[in-house]
Amino acid sequence: MHRSEHSSEIPIWFFVGVLLTMYGVLIGGYGVYAWMVGRVAPVALAYLHAPIWWGALLLVLGIFYCVKFAPGKSGKSGKPSKH
Amino acid sequence: MPMDFVATTLCALPATHVWLGSGLRGTGSTFPTPRALAIVLAAPGHSQLAHLTGLDVVMIAVYFAMVLYIGFYLKRLSNTSEEFFLAGREMTAWIAGLSFISANMGSLELMGWAGSAYQYGILATHWYWIGAIPAMLFLGLVMMPFYYVCKTHSVPGYLKLRFGESSRILAAFSFATEMILMSGVNMFSMAVVMKVVLGWDITFSILVSSLAVAVYVGLGGLRSAIYNEVLQFVLIWAGALLVPILGLVEAGGWHKMVAKIASNYQHQDYVHLWRDTAHFSANPMGVHWTGIVFGLGCVISFGYWTTDFLVVQRVLAARDLRAAQMAPIIGSFFKMAVPFIVILPGLLGLVVLHNSNGTLMHLVGENQVSAANPHSYNEVLPLLLVRYCGPGLLGLGITALMAGFMSGMAGNVSAFATVWTYDIYQPLIRKKAPDHHYVSVGRWATVLAVAASIGAAYLVMHAAGIMDYVQALFSFFIAPLFATILMGMFWKRATAAGGFWGLLIGMLSSVSLFVWVQLEPTALSIVALSPDAKSMAENLYRGLWSFLIAITVTVVVSLFTQPKSIEELHGLVYGATPLPFQEPVPFYRNQWFWAGIVSLIFIGLNILFW
Repeated sequence: MHRSEHSSEIPIWFFVGVLLTMYGVLIGGYGVYAWMVGRVAPVALAYLHAPIWWGALLLVLGIFYCVKFAPGKSGKSGKPSKH
Repeated sequence: MPMDFVATTLCALPATHVWLGSGLRGTGSTFPTPRALAIVLAAPGHSQLAHLTGLDVVMIAVYFAMVLYIGFYLKRLSNTSEEFFLAGREMTAWIAGLSFISANMGSLELMGWAGSAYQYGILATHWYWIGAIPAMLFLGLVMMPFYYVCKTHSVPGYLKLRFGESSRILAAFSFATEMILMSGVNMFSMAVVMKVVLGWDITFSILVSSLAVAVYVGLGGLRSAIYNEVLQFVLIWAGALLVPILGLVEAGGWHKMVAKIASNYQHQDYVHLWRDTAHFSANPMGVHWTGIVFGLGCVISFGYWTTDFLVVQRVLAARDLRAAQMAPIIGSFFKMAVPFIVILPGLLGLVVLHNSNGTLMHLVGENQVSAANPHSYNEVLPLLLVRYCGPGLLGLGITALMAGFMSGMAGNVSAFATVWTYDIYQPLIRKKAPDHHYVSVGRWATVLAVAASIGAAYLVMHAAGIMDYVQALFSFFIAPLFATILMGMFWKRATAAGGFWGLLIGMLSSVSLFVWVQLEPTALSIVALSPDAKSMAENLYRGLWSFLIAITVTVVVSLFTQPKSIEELHGLVYGATPLPFQEPVPFYRNQWFWAGIVSLIFIGLNILFW
């Protein structure tokens, strides 16, 4: 049973970034839409508009990971951390 | 399977709080067992807690698409056995560390411990702090060099090197059986949770989630499991973190929440970790600090975190020894933070949940659910999720619960495939075969594990009485295994016969104590040393006694049998193994520095919440 020399081309952190970005767009987009048309979901603390700022947070984190760990960037091939 | 059948069948049985052994993998004291949840479902007036919108369904679909894509993408990187079973030993400390934690953090654990926190208060945090942190540091700093230097592929594999084939086979069969049964129990429990929360059909939930796990683990092996576990870890936090944040806002902050708890429940202390543990009767768990410190902190948690291959496998995939040592330490930071998304919601439930008429909502035990009190402790997390999360956020929260389940199941399945291939198939069925043959065996073992888990899930559905016994398997095995490995690693005189008989008799003694208390409940006062002890204390002391018995038997038998020579112990035992030289690194990348930071935070938290 022998070892492999290669590593993955797309870092896991890029997948994380893509998922967070998509969720940020979906949640934040819905939050903005609901606020604009006045159809905020009847949940506790609805006036805080959690979907907007939580979605924005996910979006920012997602974009950060997508950019920092984009496939093909040097030194990021499956080894995003030097820890 | 019609849920009403399950409910009818299971309602005939007494509902008990089942503790799974370690507090560690789905091991909540008030773990939401299928039996318990079925009782909740059958209660008059109970209806599903939440309704998903189209947006929520899209959120869930995006998640499934992503995990399946990762499985297909990584298939081409899982061609050799080293790649398939150990992810090529290429994982960074961060990836291995997050995967290590994620495999442990099942959704049922989230719900079960939130329920425990509602019932017992902050005492439940012991299973995240003293019941995890010292053991994780010990694994990283002390035990990992041995696992890593001997290049074992599994924990049973280490037993083979140290104690011989018989110990390996005993451990491998026990572990493989445990993985399948636990996977099935968790699968069914998750399906029942989805039924309770969303009204989903049980078979639909089981098939969709288990097939997704089978595809991505079967294709990409451990690498795919690890990648998805990291993804699931992020999702769990993204989906669960909003609840305590909004809950604290509504409660007016931590201090106001504590004051309201004191006001609402004047005869119960919910916010002290240690203050009321001097007597069994002084705290709602019925535990004593000696049981927490010695049973949980010194035996059971060490047994789980250092010998359970489900979690150890993730660390073995690290790319070098320093990464392998850092992984559990990184994981320990997040483990210390988990109470924020698990225990805190339980406490918030005591304050912010109200009935429609404005009165405080009282959650009750599963067997007390009625039209007047339609919700049980275990529903506290979903209730808060529904309270704060509208479309989109609710989908994210539900996805987090599913991600937690799938990460746990993928852990079971990938660990089973490795132990089956290396520790059962290779030594007993086909010793010499080409590498690709073992990869194929591993892929088929993954499919077999998922199929067997589905079978186990339906077995549980039809014979719910076995639930308690299946879940108790952990506690039967973990403490004696820890004793055996501890003696093997740190006592050169320990012999093969000593290791085998210590492990076997330790396991049998644990089973005996369990059966004794089941048959004669008054025996609890003897096992747990107090007539005031409750079932939680029994588990802690049972682990402690079986550990001590395993140690004693190992020592006695070893002294009467022939030990291995020092040369044969090279790479396996402390004192006979020169640890590999590690290049000096700056202090901020040194594992001892970060372990020190973790220790300080751990001590500080215990003092803060004393």
